[in-house]
Amino acid sequence: MKDVLLVLSAFLASAVEMVEALTIVLASGLARGWRSSLIGVAAATLALAVVVAALGPALTLIPIDALRLVVGGLLLTFGLQWLRKAILRASGFKALHDEDAIFARELREAETAPRDERAGIDWYGFTLSFKGVFLEGLEVAFIVLTFGSTQKNIPLAALGAAVAVVLVAVVGVLARAPLARVPENTMKFAVGVMLTTFGIFWGAEGAGAHWPGGDAALLGVLAFVVLLSLVMVTLLRRRRIELVPA
Amino acid sequence: MSRISAFGRFWWNFVVGDDWVAAAGVIAGLALTAALAAWWLLPIAVAIVLTMSVLRAAR
Repeated sequence: MKDVLLVLSAFLASAVEMVEALTIVLASGLARGWRSSLIGVAAATLALAVVVAALGPALTLIPIDALRLVVGGLLLTFGLQWLRKAILRASGFKALHDEDAIFARELREAETAPRDERAGIDWYGFTLSFKGVFLEGLEVAFIVLTFGSTQKNIPLAALGAAVAVVLVAVVGVLARAPLARVPENTMKFAVGVMLTTFGIFWGAEGAGAHWPGGDAALLGVLAFVVLLSLVMVTLLRRRRIELVPA
Repeated sequence: MSRISAFGRFWWNFVVGDDWVAAAGVIAGLALTAALAAWWLLPIAVAIVLTMSVLRAAR
């Protein structure tokens, strides 16, 4: 069960981040040319591979309880950010993530930026693609490394993330447009729930607590986080209706 | 110096984000869990931290 949730979490997080990276790369490629943009993508992918290759083996050397405490704490702070934004979006207190609008804005900015060409590379296009892929990919790398090292199975977490990368890339190439129909807001909600769930589970274990029922308690924590989130969305929706009368 | 502070700011924003109180709440929850070795403490701490964080943002 933990392995299934591990792969699912890495897949969902990676898919969401890659949809966002694809939007930026598409805008960069269309406005600044594909060569510089794709070199930026390749450089960012290489940089991410170096980060994972350097930190992955190092994390496996840390004692498991200390690792679970640190990873649990990091996942909780990270996951609560995702979950808070997702709850605010679902209740109408924050604008929904709109890939079409983001694509239009990125394209407009990329088209109007001055050209700076050195060594045959347009540096605006390169930097835009590099930053888009690296920054979005860094969150995926963080999730793969923390989940994978704590479960002692980085390759499994990496597999979940890699499947999502390939899937989004293939669909993106076929569609040649931002993947606005992907239920991104729902996926972000699910990722926030997963990160928070694993953060609670591993954090408590790392701090020396023992879950009743062992690993099966993970499902109980998951149900608790889902219920808590849905209650908060319902309460905030009611509050919003009171604040903004029809 | 500005590069070092920018690097530090990037990682702060990456992990902690725009609500440092929530991050402090998580650390406090973990510390209490470690002190009492009680599994039920962290879910309650998370519920309190998330509720406060969301309500603050929705004000």
